[in-house]
Amino acid sequence: MTVNAGAQDHEVESRTLLVQYLREACGLTGTKVGCDTSSCGACTVLVDGESVKSCTMLAAQADGASITTIEGLADGERWHPVQTAFHENHGLQCGYCTAGMVLAAVSLLDEIPNPSERDVRLGLEGNLCRCTGYHNIVKSVLAAAETMRATK
Amino acid sequence: MIPAAFEYVRAGTAAEAISLIGEHGEDAKFLAGGMSLLPLMKLRLATPSVLVDVGRIRDLSYVRDAGDHLAIGALTRHRDLETSDLLARECGVLRAVAAQVGDNQVRHRGTIGGSVAHGDPASDLPAALLALDATFVVQGPGGPRSVAANDFFEGFLETALAPDELLTEIQVRKSGASGFAYEKFNRRAQDWAIVGAVAARVNGGTHVALVNMGATPLRATAVETALTQGASAADAAREAAVGTEPPADLNASPEYRTHLAQVLVRRALEAI
Repeated sequence: MTVNAGAQDHEVESRTLLVQYLREACGLTGTKVGCDTSSCGACTVLVDGESVKSCTMLAAQADGASITTIEGLADGERWHPVQTAFHENHGLQCGYCTAGMVLAAVSLLDEIPNPSERDVRLGLEGNLCRCTGYHNIVKSVLAAAETMRATK
Repeated sequence: MIPAAFEYVRAGTAAEAISLIGEHGEDAKFLAGGMSLLPLMKLRLATPSVLVDVGRIRDLSYVRDAGDHLAIGALTRHRDLETSDLLARECGVLRAVAAQVGDNQVRHRGTIGGSVAHGDPASDLPAALLALDATFVVQGPGGPRSVAANDFFEGFLETALAPDELLTEIQVRKSGASGFAYEKFNRRAQDWAIVGAVAARVNGGTHVALVNMGATPLRATAVETALTQGASAADAAREAAVGTEPPADLNASPEYRTHLAQVLVRRALEAI
């Protein structure tokens, strides 16, 4: 499969989950394991551009797909607008949910470029923040949406 | 949590999938999006020895106008249902219910056929399909057959599908862009419904189905009968739990579920 625009080729057991594959075979530990029951969304990555919980997908199912993890989101030294917005709006506290939140937000803004606050809250319902820092997360996503619309 | 070891094989066509499942026997299971099966496997509540991945059979992903009905490929994802213009025009209820399944990430992977074949009474789409009098087309080694939604759900996670049969298509009558409501009650975002009620005007009548009020999705027949006899929405809704066997779990007692069913059916009927 392609991970962050680079080819990855590893032989793994059938039961290997995508999140294990990314963390253990590819060494990309930016993707976190939170609840491990597809509730919390900490393990969210993009599979062919769409948000997916990588703890509930087999690596084998992603064979041949193009995966983006948090490590691959920036364009070199230039952060993705969603990353910048989380930084500027203090969209994180402990940071554990952040990688998943950012990727879920990227996917959401791809589907709804001009979201209302309600769209953002509903769109991120699959991502839990144990610090309960939702207010600034929503603010960050709305700010990112504005930046991305302005630069299009 | 890691699933127990299994052999993974991938099918390119429906025929290949059926032949592979036949080859590997009763311990083999089909894998579509995996949104129901993989969590069960991770908890080791399901331990199939072989998974036949049907997720890449692209020609089973479609929503088509088939004249008097709509034909939906079993591998159509919830995301594709909730964004389908055809569904919005001709069967708005299915689109609206699909949009309430799980969360975005789940809807990017989960399929309508997977949800139906899993047969979970707490799932949203099976109840909607029951309300719509859907027909399920299943294919086995002997060819295709059709099963009415009413005959399909047999028990908790049990359906009329034989182990070597693959659900390939869901057929629903056109019920229009409006005249429906789905009331889903849960306490946590993205969770399954503690109870849900679907009401839809179908073919001149009002159909009502319930989520999580028994071992299978259920039609609220007593409510429908009361409505045909001229009862008001509020009066008909009092019949919502008749004939149901609501489960007890951490979220709710049977008594609370009975109360929820009555309230949710009333709200749904008043909204259509």
